[in-house]
Amino acid sequence: MATRVTRREFIREGVAAFTLSFAAPAFLVDIARAQGAVSRSLVVIYLAGGNDALNTLVPYTDPFYYSRRPGIAVPAAQVLQIGADLSGKAFGFHPRLNGLQTIFNQGGLAIIQRAGYPNSSRSHFQGTDIWGTADPNNSAGIGWLGRYLDTLPSPIDPLAGWNTSGATYRALTGNNLSMPSITDPRNYSFASPNSGAEAIYERNSAIRLASMAGPDRPSLSFVNATATAAFATLDRVGSVVGYQPTVAYPNNGFAQALTTVAGSIVKGIGTRVYWVQTGGFDTHSGQGNAGGGAYADLMTTVGDGLLAFYNDLRNQGLLDNTLIIEFSEFGRRISENGSQGTDHGAGGLMMAIGGSVRGGIYGTAADLNPRPDNATLENAGGDVTYETDFRSVYARVLDGWMGADSTAVLGGNFRSNAPAFI
Amino acid sequence: MQSGNPLLDHLFRRAGFGASAADLQAVAGLSYSAVVDYLVDFEKQPDDVDSKIGLAEYVSVTSRGQFSPSTNIDDARQRWLFRMIHTRRPLQEKMALFWHNHFGVGYSKVAGTLGNVVGTKMMANKAGDTPGPQGHYELLRQMGLNKFRDLLLAVSQDPAMLWFLDGRTNTSTRPQENFGREVMELFTWGLGHYVEADVYAAARVFTGWNLRSVAENGELAAAYQEFVYRSAEHDTTAKTFTFPINGGSNTIPARSAGAGLQDGYELLLSLANHPETARRLAGKLWNFFVSELEAADPAFIEAVTDVYLRSGTDMRAVLRYILNSRWFMDPGNFNARYSWPVEYVVRTIKEMGWNGFSVDSAHVPLTNMGQTLFEPPNVAGWQLGAAWFGTGQMLARMNFAAALASNQKFNLARSFSAAERAQPAGVLDGMLKRMTPAPFAANETTELLGYLTAGEPWTGSDTQMNAKAPGLARLIAGSGEYQFM
Repeated sequence: MATRVTRREFIREGVAAFTLSFAAPAFLVDIARAQGAVSRSLVVIYLAGGNDALNTLVPYTDPFYYSRRPGIAVPAAQVLQIGADLSGKAFGFHPRLNGLQTIFNQGGLAIIQRAGYPNSSRSHFQGTDIWGTADPNNSAGIGWLGRYLDTLPSPIDPLAGWNTSGATYRALTGNNLSMPSITDPRNYSFASPNSGAEAIYERNSAIRLASMAGPDRPSLSFVNATATAAFATLDRVGSVVGYQPTVAYPNNGFAQALTTVAGSIVKGIGTRVYWVQTGGFDTHSGQGNAGGGAYADLMTTVGDGLLAFYNDLRNQGLLDNTLIIEFSEFGRRISENGSQGTDHGAGGLMMAIGGSVRGGIYGTAADLNPRPDNATLENAGGDVTYETDFRSVYARVLDGWMGADSTAVLGGNFRSNAPAFI
Repeated sequence: MQSGNPLLDHLFRRAGFGASAADLQAVAGLSYSAVVDYLVDFEKQPDDVDSKIGLAEYVSVTSRGQFSPSTNIDDARQRWLFRMIHTRRPLQEKMALFWHNHFGVGYSKVAGTLGNVVGTKMMANKAGDTPGPQGHYELLRQMGLNKFRDLLLAVSQDPAMLWFLDGRTNTSTRPQENFGREVMELFTWGLGHYVEADVYAAARVFTGWNLRSVAENGELAAAYQEFVYRSAEHDTTAKTFTFPINGGSNTIPARSAGAGLQDGYELLLSLANHPETARRLAGKLWNFFVSELEAADPAFIEAVTDVYLRSGTDMRAVLRYILNSRWFMDPGNFNARYSWPVEYVVRTIKEMGWNGFSVDSAHVPLTNMGQTLFEPPNVAGWQLGAAWFGTGQMLARMNFAAALASNQKFNLARSFSAAERAQPAGVLDGMLKRMTPAPFAANETTELLGYLTAGEPWTGSDTQMNAKAPGLARLIAGSGEYQFM
């Protein structure tokens, strides 16, 4: 059975470790520049809730896809065909993913089928934590992106990572950096009840107060460090507010977060890792099919948002310097339930997008026939079994894109059998 | 405000939202354990807080048209904040907040299909305000110190929960696993005590626990959802688990459709009565009431588990035990908890002042701090502790303090005695009677005094007080020390 952990344990470890090694310099504004121009960005996109991979990438020639999903299958005639994988199985995108089809046809999208790990957790929370720690046997402790940022030369720029979500994710926790959480740069300013010189006296006092607690008070130091990092990053984050995108982004939270990311890449504020989250993927009911329903709306959000981001970066000449990877905590059950939805499953889908990506469909499809000897399924034929270890995808990103040593960050060598998407 | 008794201050911060003058007056002269009884036996205080909404001496609400907290979610949020600020039953609101996080039901999913009016009713309808059952939060507020097994059953039949975890569509032909999984993973004993097969069996147990839509006169304001047991949709076959049901066999026997509700009662009772559920709740209560900075003392977990099981899962007995326990009363655990954004906002309003301030102005800041009432990020609730703190969230806290201090500028400036105004140390002392951060270190105190004389020598003039009093209040409320409680 998996290790049981509490959030509090995670938080406590994180705070203690953080405080031991984090020495907040008085002014961090120039550190990004001092560490050299950053030319490559990684944008990690988390589809929260467990994305139904089989309705994202539809195996429209598999008769069991239709027999097991009578109410929610996407009709073969409506999928957006993108060809076949190496095993010859043909796929099509959900019809609302015309944005992704466009990127795919331009060669900028790699799809990694059946990504996951052995004995997949069907819990949202443990599953998300495992994708965060990159250790299926340990869902506690710090995360893979935090560990990567820990490898940067000290002192680390507080804006080396940027979480555009208001929540904290295990993937982002490290020993040396508390990744800033900035949902909207327009709110990222400092107010005072006074104005003029009085406001400046107060702000200066606040900056000094936040630097005073010593390592003997680790929790207080941790909270103060968030204030210190805020003061140190106000100006750079503020520069993103005026960003004028080259395309019209959809008007939803996901696309607005991507606009912010594009703006900060264009402004060159030095961030290396961005985290963008969009939710609603826990589609236990009312999922719908091709024509409408909750899942179709989700696909519109994802496809249209990513296409706008892709086109914006291309127009800005930054597509080759940006890698987007997408994941979700698990795939969903193959057979639909009685609520026109799907319950928690196993193997899922990852995607990589960017100007440097070698597009295509990686991995081999599951055979959805629930016969006992079908090795591509598990749980009595109920779920798709993983084929590609998600850590091999992380390894590829770290080694091939971030210039890091994946074995050090991941605590093991996962390079073999990694899909060669970059 | 400070009472002069650190233990009493601690009790009101943890079992409430910080003591107000009215709170301290109500418990004046009582022994510590009698104050605990005052808080725990909250039904003895009148539930009259709603009647004060709109009165001059209380925090304001902002209405767009008629103030409609049972049908408009923004107004529901205002009513809850108002209650937390002015209730005479602080532990009632505190436990409602605790359970809101524990059961993790969110408004958006409900309102997304049913619309804002019915969605708000499902979350926050106060019994009698509109036709139909009381809302999810009202249920938590009514039952927060009842027996956990009764609360668990009520929540399992609560329309908001049936909507949120899709129980409304759980039928015998194709069971729906969402509620069956989360009731074990999140609401009771947690991961490690069941396997996937138990999830599938639990899903079948709750088949037929559905909702029915009631539409009155075609009026949206009268329409609501209510729990219904659809016996024809219930799976009547036996359900076998990997653990005993009610201490007996592992199997819930096959029974007639008409008697099928009993399946759910038996499973919920087994889960609620299980020692592992007791331990898990004890751990959450440790973090909520005792400390987030120290791991739970195993002796605390076992003691609370014992009280819980002996009392038949009675949360009132559990809370009375915890608040009187040596762990709670240990000064080492004072200020050992990170405040939730809602707690921070309510305490700041209670301590800085509210005259002329509308709780509606707290909505956007609360969202920026990471906590929107009726909208937990998922069914597991919010991430607590240090996870509340990032640069953006900390800025949101500091900026809320600035907005409130600016709003209360003159009230703050005129709140000091002549003796206090005579020198900076007097103003700081006066402010620290009003605001209750964790104690400042000597160098921090020096810094705060330095702020008071930054720019010009101290005179204590009205002009100086108009600038320095709100500035000092903002510095304190925005300090690291004030984020703990």
